[in-house]
Amino acid sequence: MEKKGININKEELSKTNNNFFSKSSSFIKSKSLNLNMTDGVLIPSKSNQGVFSSWRITFVGALLLLGSLIIFSPEVYRKIFLVCIQGIPVTFECTIFAIIFAIIIGIISGLQSVSQKSIVRKISGVYVQLIRGIPLLVQLIFIYYAVGKFLHIQGMLAAILAMAICFGAYISEIVRAGIESIPKGQMEAAIALGMSRRQAFTDIILPQTIKVILPAISNEFISMLKDSSLVSAIALSDILRRGREYISRTFLSLETMLVVALIYLIITLMLSWLVGKLEERLKKNG
Amino acid sequence: MASITIKNLYKDYESENTIHAVIDASLTVKDGQTVCIIGPSGSGKSTLLRTINRLEPATAGQIFIDETEITNPQSDIRGIREQIGMVFQSFNLFPHLSVLKNISISPIKVKKLSVKEAEKQAHELLKKVGLEDKADVYPSQLSGGQQQRVAIARALAMEPKVMLFDEPTSALDPEMIKEVLDVMQDLSKSGMTMLIVTHEMGFAKAASDKVVFMDCGQIIEENKPEILFSNPSSPRTKTFLEHIL
Repeated sequence: MEKKGININKEELSKTNNNFFSKSSSFIKSKSLNLNMTDGVLIPSKSNQGVFSSWRITFVGALLLLGSLIIFSPEVYRKIFLVCIQGIPVTFECTIFAIIFAIIIGIISGLQSVSQKSIVRKISGVYVQLIRGIPLLVQLIFIYYAVGKFLHIQGMLAAILAMAICFGAYISEIVRAGIESIPKGQMEAAIALGMSRRQAFTDIILPQTIKVILPAISNEFISMLKDSSLVSAIALSDILRRGREYISRTFLSLETMLVVALIYLIITLMLSWLVGKLEERLKKNG
Repeated sequence: MASITIKNLYKDYESENTIHAVIDASLTVKDGQTVCIIGPSGSGKSTLLRTINRLEPATAGQIFIDETEITNPQSDIRGIREQIGMVFQSFNLFPHLSVLKNISISPIKVKKLSVKEAEKQAHELLKKVGLEDKADVYPSQLSGGQQQRVAIARALAMEPKVMLFDEPTSALDPEMIKEVLDVMQDLSKSGMTMLIVTHEMGFAKAASDKVVFMDCGQIIEENKPEILFSNPSSPRTKTFLEHIL
């Protein structure tokens, strides 16, 4: 009996772990909310000077390189540059629409994944597993060519659809992790005050979740912008496609790809700077 | 105000080897009384407290607030929870809301009070816990003791009939414990029915009408504080008190 008593209620034990007289509040204060889910560019922040300066080196370097190439060798690089940047609207168009739909899909699926009904959780789980297990390029070609056999889908629509479905799965995981990162006590406190589960969710849990996941989702946007280069495989004239077409006309493969790479790099570095700013502001308000 | 009656309560945690967290606990807190539960960590004190507003469903036994049976699955648990205020060890304030909103959100959402009324009430409660100047501050800007006082005000905003405190001072720095205990003592004097899980023996001695000692999921003994602390009847209580006093 005595032994059993010691094992009773693990939760309570861990709560008051450091001998029951402990008045240390540090273990509660240290429960900061941080989501580190990123496969994109490192987001520079002030607290991380090393990353910030490496960001600066890369950004300034890329700008200088691209600028000097254009200025000192205008007959080659200026031409390439002007051709490639015509692809920027296409790149942004499919990325922006796709991220909007991906966020909608991701939030719905993410909410399902924390549902109390096991069947709802399973639907979301299968979606995530299925989509994350198939490369985006395969999904893209599948939707455009394979499905296109029965149902003609326009290139831009297919690109947006494929990217939204694909990134929706990743965002779903971010949303789920975000919700689960909110301490259990928040739900308990809300319920103890007489709120319904739904009220607690919409008024207490979700507003906090959004704050936690916003940087991660912005990061997905950057990842998506890079991955949007895959849509060149289905004949959309994005940055990469413009470059490849230019190569096939002029055989300037090295020069063209250098410019294409630099354009992508500069765009993603600028975006990651913005995300860093956003994160900083969120931290300040938190 | 109201009374709490617990009859032969059991709480098991089902797992590979089932854990019996609360075993055959019976306890009465009369109208207006303040009762403290003491005992070693893992003795089931918090679990017992959490079954009262069904944050943990009881395995067997009955719990009544006045005549209403909480353990009855048909009972309107949300309506009952409104009448039971709860204060947690880790405060659990809502970090995205200001102090004022923390206190007024549940009256607005649950009791459908107007924002104006709810905020007026919140200001009064803040005054009561001595924090009227902190209405527009966010919880992270407050000290632990201040946060816990806000948490008490938040619980009081629902005008509960009984208040449950789950180790309200265990997460506080020593110099902040008193300010919280003072608020609790005022509340106790005002006639609130209170059930408190605590490690503050000084408070248990001074403020409670009855002290309950729990060990290994069982209520070992209960008595008036002056008797339980000076002359415990069970050897287990004696050992426990010797270790901490």
